[in-house]
Amino acid sequence: MTTPTPLARAATSAPLEPEPQTPSPLAPRGGRLPRYVPYAVGAASLVFAYLLLLVVASPGIPSVVASAAALYAVAITIVSRVVEGHRWAVDRLATTLVTFAFAVALIPLVSLLWTVGSKGAALFSAEFLTTDMVGVFGDMTSGGVAHAIVGTLAVTATAALISVPIGLLTAIYLVEYGRGRVAKGITFLVDVMTGIPSIVAGLFAFALFTLIMGPAYRSGFMGAVALAVLMTPVVIRSVEEMLRLVPNELREAAYALGVPKWLTIVKVVLRTAVAGIVTGIMLAVARVIGETAPLLITVGILTRSSWNVLEGRMATLPVFAYNQYQQGGVGVDRAWAAALTLILIVMILNLAARMISRVFAPKGAAH
Amino acid sequence: MAVSSPTTDLAPARSARHRGRLPDRVFHGLSAGAGWLILVVLAAVAIFLFLRAWPALSASAEDLNAISWMNGASIATYVGPLIFGTLLSALLALVIAVPLSLGIALFISHYAPRKLAQGLGYVIDLLAAIPSVVYGLWGALWLAPVLDPVFGWLSGTLGFIPLFEGYTAPARNVMAASVVLAVMILPIISAVAREVFLQTPRLHEEAALALGATRWEVVRMAVLPFGRSGLISASMLGLGRALGETMAVLMILSPGYAVSFFLLQPGQHQSIAANIAAKFPESSGLSVSVLIATGLALFVITLLVNLAARAIIARRAEFSGAN
Amino acid sequence: MEDSVNLSRISTRSAVLVGALALTLTACSSDSESPTSTTPGATGGGETQSQELSGNLAGAGASSQGKAMEGWIAGFNEMAPDVILSYDPAGSGSGREQFLAGAVQFAGSDAALKEEELTAAQERCYGGEAIEVPLYISPIAVIYNLPGVAAENLQMSAETLAKIFNGDITSWNDPAIAAENEGVELPDLTIIPVNRSDESGTTENFVEYLADAGNGAWPHEVSGDWPVSGGQSGKGTQGVVDTVSAAEGTIGYADASRAGDLGTVAIKVGEEYVPFSPEAAAKVVDASPRAEGATDKRLIVELDRTTTEAGAYPLVLMSYSLACSVYEDAADVANVKALFTYMASEDGQARAADPAVAGSAPISDALRTEVMAAIDSIAVAS
Repeated sequence: MTTPTPLARAATSAPLEPEPQTPSPLAPRGGRLPRYVPYAVGAASLVFAYLLLLVVASPGIPSVVASAAALYAVAITIVSRVVEGHRWAVDRLATTLVTFAFAVALIPLVSLLWTVGSKGAALFSAEFLTTDMVGVFGDMTSGGVAHAIVGTLAVTATAALISVPIGLLTAIYLVEYGRGRVAKGITFLVDVMTGIPSIVAGLFAFALFTLIMGPAYRSGFMGAVALAVLMTPVVIRSVEEMLRLVPNELREAAYALGVPKWLTIVKVVLRTAVAGIVTGIMLAVARVIGETAPLLITVGILTRSSWNVLEGRMATLPVFAYNQYQQGGVGVDRAWAAALTLILIVMILNLAARMISRVFAPKGAAH
Repeated sequence: MAVSSPTTDLAPARSARHRGRLPDRVFHGLSAGAGWLILVVLAAVAIFLFLRAWPALSASAEDLNAISWMNGASIATYVGPLIFGTLLSALLALVIAVPLSLGIALFISHYAPRKLAQGLGYVIDLLAAIPSVVYGLWGALWLAPVLDPVFGWLSGTLGFIPLFEGYTAPARNVMAASVVLAVMILPIISAVAREVFLQTPRLHEEAALALGATRWEVVRMAVLPFGRSGLISASMLGLGRALGETMAVLMILSPGYAVSFFLLQPGQHQSIAANIAAKFPESSGLSVSVLIATGLALFVITLLVNLAARAIIARRAEFSGAN
Repeated sequence: MEDSVNLSRISTRSAVLVGALALTLTACSSDSESPTSTTPGATGGGETQSQELSGNLAGAGASSQGKAMEGWIAGFNEMAPDVILSYDPAGSGSGREQFLAGAVQFAGSDAALKEEELTAAQERCYGGEAIEVPLYISPIAVIYNLPGVAAENLQMSAETLAKIFNGDITSWNDPAIAAENEGVELPDLTIIPVNRSDESGTTENFVEYLADAGNGAWPHEVSGDWPVSGGQSGKGTQGVVDTVSAAEGTIGYADASRAGDLGTVAIKVGEEYVPFSPEAAAKVVDASPRAEGATDKRLIVELDRTTTEAGAYPLVLMSYSLACSVYEDAADVANVKALFTYMASEDGQARAADPAVAGSAPISDALRTEVMAAIDSIAVAS
């Protein structure tokens, strides 16, 4: 899905810049505004907003910016309306609104990354990554997340082990074999599965295992099953997209050479799409690695490292972060540092996905 | 997305018969089995939730009364306000998030310079993967103080509208929770919407430009009609996530069990997911069953939302410019 | 204790505990006095025996004990490094359930076992019974956020508190509050009560205090769930502290060790006002009678909230440690005994009492004697 788009973008974005100079039968009747006008209007509305607020109330940065933005939107539309005409005025207004929407949306997202980065840095260190919480108590600032990293990796890997084969095969079925009602039905079910809330997946794993293993059973595997329920539809979706991008000519060529269908799929279709599939799986992993609620009720928390997925509690980064926050004091710092660790892991996964897709991409395939 | 299955008519050549029959069948069987497994898993989710919820569903009013937090409610009257709270918070989040993500998606796909757009796209992808505890931490410790003056102003100037009546500091009401939910689903909705917008047929856009259309006219006439169904399904994806979000709501909302529209008052609403996470640790026996019954209700709600979304998309698809 | 716990613990404690351990290990067959004497003199040659402890020892339960338990685990592991000891602060209900299902060897619970759980306990304990000992006593502080008020502690009676939390008193300069705080300038500010949103032992103890000592101003039933709806609340202690810290005019209740910089209320006991302190909290436990159904193995206490004893602070949370009197496995017996002995010892209690650890109230010597006797009775199934 992502692979072809940058190329398309390169081509489309250039002509999409409407050139003021372009002569056209529908060109604005009064000519265009000079380039400096929007900036001038922006500066003017800032000054005006400040003065206005000085009269009405005490100006603070947020209120000045907010009222200046509103003033700018109105002013630029009116100016454009007068000089350039109705259509261009609407265009200016739309550009302003889209840009503002983007800027407004960026505030929380940037502040989120900034908060995690700055607060997480307080305790984040090599030692934090390599020690566990054994023997840490009270207001000791030592201790770390080694055990939680181990648990997160073990649980997520187990979830991937369950969901990747199922997801891969289902996607192959949908693209290569499925037809008619069955395929449609399964597509629908995958949609439904995509919508399962994480806590419901957690409850499902809890209900399943406690009915079979007794009410006190907790294990990493239980959490992995919950995560697998969340992860499988994501894997199916992305693999499906990738398989559909494999040109039919390749399949036809293989059939023409007498290659049986299953070999065609394995050797031609999957081989061609492998880069995209790996990326898709990595992104699916990134999606579930930060799930908290299902792990909270299935995996619990532990102070030491445990690789045993089948028996007993494990520590995982999201639950660790939540747990530490609940403890207050130094715990809050640890929670931020754990959150930072988690985001870094997600980033590394993302980067790895990109690298792998570059390495695996068969030369000359598809694009 | 709407590309039909490409290969079903290309049955393997006959010459392969002697070599590939059995492996072929095994492979076909395996992949079909995986497809059916999806059905099995979904059925299992429903069945096991139902099995564990059954003791609560069939319990006498007396037994239910023994659970302190039921306050004498029956299962239905207990779940009702929770469903309301879940829907209210998720819909509010959607109302906030959809216009903004439309802005983000359009900005990245059609307004921003290409280099900037790629970088921004990566950041948005990353944000979509940020765990919800982090959003909860951020919401409780950073956002609530920021929202406080805004809510105070809203309640002060628009307080005559019941919706905004009676704000009590700190900002731990359903509105604050919805803002956090909106921020959480922003990256998801805009990531999907952006991909869809980027796939607008170039011919459509170029044709519009050739006619001298402004950028906004291109967006309105070519991009939005093409991307409409994609935007709807992206919103539904976001709604699904908002409905089921646990930790962020748990950490931000002062819960209550009322059916009310006082968006700025604390202690009025609670979502199903957060309620489960809050009550689960101290529960045992029948109360666990009650919580699982509410989880079953949440499952049914998301199922219905999904069905509704499919119905909308199916109807819209006929009018869209896709293909 | 206040300043030296962290420094001195290495030298004295390990010796003390090893001694206590040695005694418990040898006490299985003997009927001698329980090892309440935790003076270093009792050490003897126990060092080698502590090395023999090994295996898994898992507990789960009350989150109120969580911080103290972390301290105890660290201390216990210093003397018995081969025991893999864990405690999951999953909540009292979950802890009791797991304990009764045999998933953990011991549990922490803010409430004593219920009637029907006692029979389940017999089954779980191989025909023995459950041991319930109060090893964690912690004062609950009523915290408020009024930066403008100069007084060290605002003074309130249980009745005033009940009215505030029930919404009958809504302003900080209400005459009822002013009457109890002569000379303190109170702001004209709306009171925002903050409660725990999750079921908790802290809430139950606080509500019980309001109901028992509030002169009928608290009309609600006592349970772990907050009965008044429509107010500010927070999940867990941290949620309450965060909420109280986030706005002026708030008042809430939380484990005293987490009060931090917030103001705390001195509550009215008899004719005087007592601010919280570990000593004052321990006092009320000793002044309280045993609860119905208490035995020499179930040391459950009916806290006397209306006590008038001078210097007692009746707003406390007691958390019990649960174990079996009989285990099938000899290693379990040794491990549980050693752990509980350590937790009850002067040293273990002092560690939990460190304000940096949990700030709890150490149990009195009299109570310790009884606790040790109960722990001593733990035996292997025959």
